[in-house]
Amino acid sequence: MRETTGEKIFRALVLIGLTLFVALPLYVMITTSMKPLGDVQSGFSWFPSTITFEPFVQMWSTVPLARYFMNSLIVTLAATLFSVAVATLAAYAVSRWRFHGRGPFMTTVLSTQMFPGVLFLLPLYLIFVNIDTMFGVPLVGTRIGLIITYLTFSLPFAIWMLVGYFDGIPRELDQAGKVDGAGNLTILLRIILPAARPGIVAVAIYAFMTAWGEVLFASVLTTENTRTLAVGLQQYSTQTNVYWNQVLAASLAVSIPVVVGFLMMQKNFVAGLTAGAVK
Amino acid sequence: MTSLTAPEETTTPPKGPDSRPPRRSRRHLFPYLIIAPAVLLELLIHIIPMATGFWMSFVELTKFFIRRWLEAPFVGLENYRIAIDLNTPVGQELLNSFLVTVGFTALVVGLSWGLGMAAAVALQRPFRGRGVFRTLFLIPYALPLYASVITWNFMLQRDTGVVNHVLVDQLGILDGAPFWLIGDNAFISVVVVAIWRMWPFAFLMFMAGLQSIPGELYEASAMDGASPLRQWRSVTLPMLAPVNQTMLLVMFLWVFNDFNTPYVLFGSAQPRAGDLISFHIYNASFLSWDFGVGSAMSVLLLLFLLAVSLVYLYFTQWKKEKSNA
Repeated sequence: MRETTGEKIFRALVLIGLTLFVALPLYVMITTSMKPLGDVQSGFSWFPSTITFEPFVQMWSTVPLARYFMNSLIVTLAATLFSVAVATLAAYAVSRWRFHGRGPFMTTVLSTQMFPGVLFLLPLYLIFVNIDTMFGVPLVGTRIGLIITYLTFSLPFAIWMLVGYFDGIPRELDQAGKVDGAGNLTILLRIILPAARPGIVAVAIYAFMTAWGEVLFASVLTTENTRTLAVGLQQYSTQTNVYWNQVLAASLAVSIPVVVGFLMMQKNFVAGLTAGAVK
Repeated sequence: MTSLTAPEETTTPPKGPDSRPPRRSRRHLFPYLIIAPAVLLELLIHIIPMATGFWMSFVELTKFFIRRWLEAPFVGLENYRIAIDLNTPVGQELLNSFLVTVGFTALVVGLSWGLGMAAAVALQRPFRGRGVFRTLFLIPYALPLYASVITWNFMLQRDTGVVNHVLVDQLGILDGAPFWLIGDNAFISVVVVAIWRMWPFAFLMFMAGLQSIPGELYEASAMDGASPLRQWRSVTLPMLAPVNQTMLLVMFLWVFNDFNTPYVLFGSAQPRAGDLISFHIYNASFLSWDFGVGSAMSVLLLLFLLAVSLVYLYFTQWKKEKSNA
């Protein structure tokens, strides 16, 4: 099937337009992070007058970026790990058993996606405060509160995607495991998990991105010591000055790990989406 | 962490004749056991706070009662009356915020859909450099939200931003350098930034959907002399219907509830033209410390989203059933 000229023109126009749209902020972020502050403040220029890596050095001392980075890393990794574990178990149950409440469970989990975050932000905050005063478990201002909160954010999508993946694994494999005398969890660990590895990885990436980029709950549930990057990066603007070159250097630095991870796994991600959408 | 201790129990199945009943009951319990962590967490973080939020919308939860919020006095529908009373600034601002959000959602979802579709169709056939474009287009989706919105905030600065540099200095389209983050232009700004972030998701979903369309369908329609546009209408679009159905609803809900984009773009004082509803409710609650009215607004928002979703699902399901019959 040959491509017509019209199609070629359409493709060229779409690709040029979207490339400009997508690349402009990336270009601005990268070049500004290499400009001296005076350069940035004297008006926009396409090219730095001098290329400097000073902003990447200074950004660590203008705000306690290292601390925010560690907080983000701990919270995000823990939330990702637990989210994947909890979602895997739940998805295994949903995929392999027809138990009472299976349908309602899936509906409830998925519909929590639609709830406005603000609706449960205030109650969650008050509940966390109460748990603290009643049971002495500090959840506000600690990383634990944020970890529990974040891990539930990626849970619905993770369960949805993994059920699709698990459904695609033939039950004969489970049966073969049973014949060999393996228990349910052994079957999950030895048969289902290896076969669904791309899906698990994709879910982990999604959970990581969700937690790494969350702003609203981070701004309410953290204090100076536990602040994450999402809130911390806003501190580069002071009363008198905005350190734009450092802010964008920091933005670039905290983006790279996530973007690289996502791009490496994008094929899994697309495959996972298809597995879920086919149902 | 019961789930961590469970493997040993199940990997060593008890042997002997009298072990059968407990095994059966355990097998029956097993799915409940492994689903329990998910249920507990959903309860703690979503369901219970949701129910509490619903209750909060009926009590007077002002700053006097925040510390002992369980004792806040019941006021019935008073919070709702305050929220929607158009004779007061509170009600007028909520209505303004709602209308801004409706316009914002329609534009962001519609244009993201269009751009995502155009890109997916343009990248449908293999050609040299396809992988590069595919990767590039996914970057906005992968970037942490605050990193990209902070960059846009810099780009939209009046005196030092690239947007005014291009529009005023280089192209001369505009005379005086306008403000983009305050005043009426704030609406355009937040729409563009949200589209920049959202359209790659549509692109991703469409790419996933296009992979499942068999090439023979295109070959057959080409033999019948169908133009590319006709092929798109008669093959691509119908085959993408299931993807479209879920995606449009999900995007609608995300965009309508978007808090982070205006919060990072505008800071704590949002311009009236960019006063998106989640952010509005947040400010209404935390500025006046009236969580009761804030909760009432949240519940109204939820009811609205629920109603739209149900109507949407009703019609899409109904259409599906009709086309099957």
